[in-house]
Amino acid sequence: MKYEVAIGLEIHLELQTKSKLFCGCSTTFGREPNVNCCPICLGLPGTLPVFNRRAIELAVTAAIALNSAVSDQSRFDRKNYHYPDLPKAYQISQYEQPLARGGFLEIESEQSFKKIKLERVHLEEEAGKLIHSGSSILGSEYSLVDYNRAGIPLLEIVTAPDIRSGREARLFLEDLRLLLLYTGASDCKMEEGSLRCDANISLRPSGLSSLGTKTEVKNMNSFRAVETALNFEAKRQEAILKAGGSIAQETCHWDEAKKETIPLRGKEGSSDYRYFPEPDLLPLTLDRALIQNISEQLPELPLQRRTRLKQQYGLEAGEAGLFTENRALGDFFESAAEEYSNYRSLAKWVRGDLLYQIRESGKPVEEIQPKQLIELLTLLDQETINRPVAKELLSEMVKSGKGPKELVKEQGLERVSGREKLMPLVERVVAENPAVVEKYLQGKDKAISFLVGRVMALTGGRADPGEINKLLKEKISQ
Amino acid sequence: MAVDFGKEVDHVARLARLTLEPEEKERMTGQLSDILDTARRIQELDTGGVEPTSHVLDLPVVLREDETRPSLPLNRVLQNAPRRQKNFFRVPSIISNVQAEK
Ligand SMILES: [Zn+2]
Repeated sequence: MKYEVAIGLEIHLELQTKSKLFCGCSTTFGREPNVNCCPICLGLPGTLPVFNRRAIELAVTAAIALNSAVSDQSRFDRKNYHYPDLPKAYQISQYEQPLARGGFLEIESEQSFKKIKLERVHLEEEAGKLIHSGSSILGSEYSLVDYNRAGIPLLEIVTAPDIRSGREARLFLEDLRLLLLYTGASDCKMEEGSLRCDANISLRPSGLSSLGTKTEVKNMNSFRAVETALNFEAKRQEAILKAGGSIAQETCHWDEAKKETIPLRGKEGSSDYRYFPEPDLLPLTLDRALIQNISEQLPELPLQRRTRLKQQYGLEAGEAGLFTENRALGDFFESAAEEYSNYRSLAKWVRGDLLYQIRESGKPVEEIQPKQLIELLTLLDQETINRPVAKELLSEMVKSGKGPKELVKEQGLERVSGREKLMPLVERVVAENPAVVEKYLQGKDKAISFLVGRVMALTGGRADPGEINKLLKEKISQ
Repeated sequence: MAVDFGKEVDHVARLARLTLEPEEKERMTGQLSDILDTARRIQELDTGGVEPTSHVLDLPVVLREDETRPSLPLNRVLQNAPRRQKNFFRVPSIISNVQAEK
C-alpha cells in the first residue's frame, strides 16, 4: 500500500521589538542570565501587563504578508501549565479569538508553485530558557532557568497539514523566513532560537482524505534538521503501518546526534491547558484604518521582487532568486543598474566575480560602491583593459576600496595594443625562439600559442591574444 | 451526570504539581463538588440572547510605546529563588518529575 505524508508545522517567531510584550525589559540576546527581568515578566503578584504597540503592529504586518485575515477584535487567554520556563505558571496566549485566521504561503517545489494553507496566526509571550544538566532533557538531574527571554513577543503560525515531505517543510520554512525578514517582523535566527519549528506528522493511505494518527516532533534546531527528522519520522511510521501495527499518538524528540526521533512519554496526558480569558487584559480592538495603513505600507515581498527583477532587467530565474535571497547583493545590482544599462553583463559580474570577491574578503556588500563597478565595466567596454585585468582589478577594488581608474594609473595596467607597441615585442620573441618558429613553419600549429604566451608575458598580460596571434603570423610569414 | 470527584481532584492536583494528603483530598473533593454544583445551577439560566463576554469593562485597550525601561537588579530578581546556581534559578529536572508522579 502507498502512503501519503501529511505534515502541519507550528512555527514560533520572536518579533523584533526593543522591549518585551508586556513590560519595558530589553529583548537583547546573549546577555548575562536573568538581567532582563522585572516584576511583570517574572510574574510577581500585583503586576499588570501593558501591550507593546510595536509588537502588535509587527504581528499584524506578518499576518497581512501571509494573506491571513486580521480580526478587528481578538482576545488573550491564559494557557495554564506548570513548567519552570513559565514564571507565572501560565502563558498569555490567544486561543478562541486569534489575531488572524487563514492565509497561505506560496512555495516553489519541484518547479511548480504550491500554496500551503495556514490555520491561524496569533500573538503570545515567549517562555524562559531552560538549561539541562547532563547531555539531554532525558537524563538530567536538575535544570537552570534564565528568564531573559520570558515575555518577548512571540508570533505563532500554524499551517494546515498540507506539507507532503521533509523537503517541502524545509522549502516552506526557507520562504517563510525570507518573507518575514522582508517585512522586518523578525530576524528569524534559528541558531539564536528566534525562529523555532515543531511539526505534526501522520500517514494515510494515498487517496484517503481523513488524517491518520499523528505524532508531534520537537527539538529540530535547523532547517536541515527539520527535513531529516520529518523524513525519518515518515519512514518510521510507514514501517510500523506496513507491519500491521498502529501509531501511538505521542511527542517525539529529534536526536540530532543519533539522527532519530525518540518518544517522550512523560508529557502525555498533561496537555490539559485549561484556557480561560486573561482577566488582566482587555480584548484587543484593531481599527480598520490601522490594518489598512499597515497593509498599504507593506514593503515589496520576495515573490514580487523575484518577478519584478525578471521583468525589469531580463534576469534569469536563478539570478532573480539570488538577488532576492541575498537582498543586499540585489540592492547593489539595482543601484548599479540605474547607471549602467547592459544588465546582462552587470548581472553576470555581480553574481560571479563580485560575489566571489565579497566571500573571499569577508567585506559586506554594503561597503562596496556600485559606481566603482560601473567604472570598471566601462573601462572594459572601452577596451582600456582586458578581462583578466578587469578580474584582478575587481579583487583589488574590493580589498582596498580604491576606484578602478586610480588602480589602473597606479599599476600601469592600461591595455597594450596597436602595431606600434606590439610589433617590436613580436619581433623580439621571434628572434629569441628560432627553434619554435621552425616547428610552426613545419606545420605544428600549436607552436604559435607558445609564442603568443611569450609576447603576452612581455606586456604583463595586458594585450589581446588575438591581436598578438595576427601579428606573429604576419612576422613569421615574411 | 455522575462524576467521580475523587478522580477529578487527582487530575487537577497533578496538573498543578500538588501532592495532597488523604484528608486534604477528601476535603477538596467535597469542595469541588459544591463548586461544580453552583456552576451547574448558573448554567441553567437561559443566556440564548446574550453575547458572550470575556471582560466587564467597555474600554479601549491601552498600548505603550516600544521603549525599554530598567530591569530589576540581579539580586532582587533572584531574591525569592528557592535555589540558585550562579545567576540562574535552579529547579528539579522536569521529565523525571512528571514520571515520578505517574
Ligand atoms: Zn520585564
